[in-house]
Amino acid sequence: MTTIAELPPGFADKVLSAQSTFRSVMDAMARPGSVQRIVPMAGAPGMMMRGTAAIALTLFDHDTPLWLDARMSESSDVTKWLKFHTGAPVVQDSSIASFALISDGGALPSLERFALGTGEYPDRSTTVIIQVDSLSSGRGFELRGPGIDGVATLQASIKPFDLFERLRMNEALFPRGIDVVLVADDAVVAIPRTTRVVSKGS
Amino acid sequence: MTQHNTQQAQRKAAMAVLAHAEAGEIAARLRDLALPAHQDLRAPENGLVMLRGRVGGDGAPFNLGEATVSRAAVRLASGEVGFGYTLGRDGEKARLIALCDALVQSRDFGGLVERSVIAPLREQLMVRRTRAAEETAATKVDFYTMVRGEG
Repeated sequence: MTTIAELPPGFADKVLSAQSTFRSVMDAMARPGSVQRIVPMAGAPGMMMRGTAAIALTLFDHDTPLWLDARMSESSDVTKWLKFHTGAPVVQDSSIASFALISDGGALPSLERFALGTGEYPDRSTTVIIQVDSLSSGRGFELRGPGIDGVATLQASIKPFDLFERLRMNEALFPRGIDVVLVADDAVVAIPRTTRVVSKGS
Repeated sequence: MTQHNTQQAQRKAAMAVLAHAEAGEIAARLRDLALPAHQDLRAPENGLVMLRGRVGGDGAPFNLGEATVSRAAVRLASGEVGFGYTLGRDGEKARLIALCDALVQSRDFGGLVERSVIAPLREQLMVRRTRAAEETAATKVDFYTMVRGEG
């Protein structure tokens, strides 16, 4: 019984909180590079950020296989919390995961190892959720693509440093590819597969 | 281990009573108590469970149909976690059951809840069941067959 006693609670108001979080993530996907805030807050276990926890409660369920990086899967707080509140099965094989949670970006595995979708069903790819240090300061990135009027600039300190170089593989794969969601505390930025990083400052 | 089993039995007995009580009755009895601080670990939610049956009790199992259930989980400030499941869409009832379940496990409140909430409700339930049984028994008809004697 004491094991469950340590679990942080889920959303206080499930429906409205999930709707509001969904809206934030959808806006982030529709406007790549823009920083969206996640307002409703749930308790977050272990090293999981508040924003990540809210996204998990909103998007994960028993139909979405979940891949956790080593640091997340070692934490029983995180795995128990996910199991209790979302029921999502945690899988070892990243190539069948609907979502991947990355707390330690430095140890992000090669993106080819995630599901890339198929020609018929490009939506069956893994959405990679990476927790980063900051989405308001750090290196500057310039993004182009659908949903961006001209150029969007993003200031972020991201690990791995070569994330956007690695995401170049989306150019060749289209319509298949990996969508990335970056989370820093309650801030969210999405980098869908159509977004290209054109230049970056210091 | 035996202590764990006793507690399980106690929770089971409490659940058997609470599941048949009205939400209002539970709330009214809890209102008189000085409840400890608690929070919703899982806010009340509705869902479906598949009911399975077996023909004649030992045939192959089949899916009979779905029933609506509500569930909730409540945690006391002292750490006890209670779960509530009940048929129907009354989320508040599921929450109250979860709260009672958590209180039953608590060392400080276990006895109090047993005395002032569960015991009276159990008595009511028994009265109701006895009355129903009596009403049924009053209409009982004994059938018997007259055997025609030979010669």
